[in-house]
Amino acid sequence: MNFKKQFKDGLLDKNPVFVQLLGMCSTLAITTSLFNGIGMGLAVTIITICSNVLISALRKVIPNQIRIAAYITIIAGFVTVVDLLLKAYIPALSESLGVFIPLIVVNCMVLGRAEAFASKNGVLASAVDGLCQGIGYTVALVIVCVVREFLGSGTFGGGLLNGGEGIRILPEGVPAMQMVMPVGGFLAMGCILAGFQYMTRKMENARKDKEAAK
Amino acid sequence: MTANAILGIIIAALLSQNFILVKFYGICPFMGVSKKIDTALGMGMAVTFVMALASAACFVVNKLLVALGLSYMQTVAFILVIASIVQVVEMFLKKAVPALYKALGVFLPLITTNCAVLGVVLVNVQNNYNFLISVINGAAGGLGFTLAIVLFASVRERVDKAESPESFKGYPLALIAAGFLALAFMGFSGLSIS
Repeated sequence: MNFKKQFKDGLLDKNPVFVQLLGMCSTLAITTSLFNGIGMGLAVTIITICSNVLISALRKVIPNQIRIAAYITIIAGFVTVVDLLLKAYIPALSESLGVFIPLIVVNCMVLGRAEAFASKNGVLASAVDGLCQGIGYTVALVIVCVVREFLGSGTFGGGLLNGGEGIRILPEGVPAMQMVMPVGGFLAMGCILAGFQYMTRKMENARKDKEAAK
Repeated sequence: MTANAILGIIIAALLSQNFILVKFYGICPFMGVSKKIDTALGMGMAVTFVMALASAACFVVNKLLVALGLSYMQTVAFILVIASIVQVVEMFLKKAVPALYKALGVFLPLITTNCAVLGVVLVNVQNNYNFLISVINGAAGGLGFTLAIVLFASVRERVDKAESPESFKGYPLALIAAGFLALAFMGFSGLSIS
């Protein structure tokens, strides 16, 4: 058991969004303000932890042939719980994310962790895995949100800070509205991904140089 | 429902509210299965078929859930319906149309976790579409998906061959190409039939 490695996997080496490109629908669709990004990230994290724990606990009971159907049912159950809780307690978030909350059921990241990790590992390790992957997902969403919100609305922390208005960084009229529209989602994600690949390549090269120096 | 309204829904699902490029449903297969035009077309056809069928089946299931006062079980019920439809379609095609099964076979299991299918069903229910409109919306949404993925595959076949900076190779460049495609589709945004 190596919690530190699990954490690093979730955040960097196997980041669900930047490396595995899982859960792209929600990553692109809802990342228009910080509020959305954090809300979606937390919802997915909670669901991944819960479904990982339950699936890991039941991993010896679920027959192999119908495991995917069983996983989806378990995940759908937790998604429904989160959906109803959000509707009741944070209606603003529920309204802002709309249909993308129930669509967490088909977020490949949640199912991917169930299949790749929870079905093979113990309950505690699966919970940690869910938490780490969830954090990686949330961080990625927040990065995309901050970039798109800055370029598209010229604000920071929309929906959260300054009474929901967000802190204005660029004056009105300067930001390109397209960045908070679908077009901007693809463009911003492409550029951020390129940046991430550049960074990991640099780190890889530095590591190789170090080994060569030894 | 007049013919005009139906036409409006078809045009919205195909162009101005395109499932992939405007609404972001089904990005995973859009990025994953768009390296070649033939496979993209195969995936699009399979998705269209399942979307139309799922719209019809989930309309009935939703009526049942509402009648029983269980409408909070929508998400669970819909995903199970979709998973079973995909399974049945797979078995049916395997027996009845082996040629089509061979062409679509690998994509079928992937469709269960395609946001576009669950997405169209949820949209149908939220907008209270009747049976006919639900099915039309499902089929047209699927055709919109096919249109976007085939267009994207043909762009991508060229983009992949082009010289590009090391960091942009692969997905980043594909995403940016998709961005320009989405920009083109933004031009349809004012389109409506009244």
